[in-house]
Amino acid sequence: MPVAHILASCMGGIRTTGDLVAWMQMTRKMRLNEAKQYVADKLGIKVIDLIDEEIMRPLREELGIGTLVAIPGAEKGILAKNKIAKLLNIEINSVKLFQSKLK
Amino acid sequence: MSKTIRTRMGDGELVMMSAGEIKADILEGSKDAADRGKIPELSANELDQLYNIIAEPGRIVSVNPGEEVIVIDDGSVLGFISEQGDSGAGLPLSRSQAILTYEKACGADTVLMPHHDFSYKPVKSIINYEMQDYYSTSQLTTIPLFYGAQPNMGLYYKPDGPCDNPSELLPLGKIKEAKQAQIDAAAMMEDDIVYIFKELNRVGLEGLNLDTCGSAGDADFMSALNVCVEVKKINPNMPVVIGMASEFVLGMHGEVEFDGQRLAGMYPHDQVIVAEKAGADIFGPAINVNSSKSIPWNLSRAVTFVKATSEASAIPIHANVGMGVCGIPMLEESAIDCVTRASKALIQIGKVDGL
Repeated sequence: MPVAHILASCMGGIRTTGDLVAWMQMTRKMRLNEAKQYVADKLGIKVIDLIDEEIMRPLREELGIGTLVAIPGAEKGILAKNKIAKLLNIEINSVKLFQSKLK
Repeated sequence: MSKTIRTRMGDGELVMMSAGEIKADILEGSKDAADRGKIPELSANELDQLYNIIAEPGRIVSVNPGEEVIVIDDGSVLGFISEQGDSGAGLPLSRSQAILTYEKACGADTVLMPHHDFSYKPVKSIINYEMQDYYSTSQLTTIPLFYGAQPNMGLYYKPDGPCDNPSELLPLGKIKEAKQAQIDAAAMMEDDIVYIFKELNRVGLEGLNLDTCGSAGDADFMSALNVCVEVKKINPNMPVVIGMASEFVLGMHGEVEFDGQRLAGMYPHDQVIVAEKAGADIFGPAINVNSSKSIPWNLSRAVTFVKATSEASAIPIHANVGMGVCGIPMLEESAIDCVTRASKALIQIGKVDGL
């Protein structure tokens, strides 16, 4: 059932920008359109491009914020989230813990 | 009129209906929500829009490019690894593997780490295991990783818990005792969930989902709201999702309040206001499905309630769209024709921020 919702209406997670828009709803209580605009501004793209794999696939690799396709040596997991927190200027608890261990 | 449009009943039974029958059910469903919730009915344009979604000939439907929303979940990974009780496929995967599969193979926006019982109380006794599993998994996930379960206050009543059972006390006329049992259970549940939160917070918890709030009535909902307040005191930046058990807060106690508001009898457009005051970041309304009525009737009713909730809210609204709520049939293997139509209708007409 969740897969049916994902296909019908989901932003696409790390295929595109679903995780980034979700972070803005979670950390700033942003409604959907505000969250999309915020993320688009941070990425320097149009809102409609947020769900375009052709744009987001290389952009996510370039920014080091994780890609759906596994790229050997590229950022993923906590390393990608570390860059996402910086890109979006938000606090992510797991990243905060990770950074505290690097000191 | 010929019955040419394929749709379903609330229990999932496939039925063929005429355009007139569907339009009549849509109108009736919206009126029912409006009457119960004292909220506006859908407009004529919205009724037409909903009819067009339901009558679309395609097997599945979807939103237009640019209308996509955030899809969060309440334990989707159990669908991979659990059994029939969770509509699970029983795959021999670990919970972490299922989480990563959901992220990578399904393209989910967020993911939730669930306890198999999906209640907070059993988590307490295995909290170290949950902390380790959450910590390890959060190093691997890129999308937001929630931890979540139901508050489920019923587990605090005898024979499962220490408190006297209000369902046994009330028929005996022991009203005062039944109310006190609920207050006692609510306090114990609040302590347990806050304890679990504190431990998970220490290992980098990214978000807490309080799912199916109010399942044991108004005291259950009150306790969940109090948990949210405490969580925000401990970590003001911790994202909290409050999702509901049903459209109406049952007055099992009848007099408990939050922020001066009596909780019993609240519908979603009022529930979201108290959730906001408690500090919730995302609110999930759950509109009941009547399995004897058609999906056009049920979906129209859900959209009417959810639209009013979205308009009343200052925080993101993620409608609950699991089995048996918000226009999804009460069917173990949910029919994707209805699932996708609920998605589209709740987004385009209900104006949700997510599902």
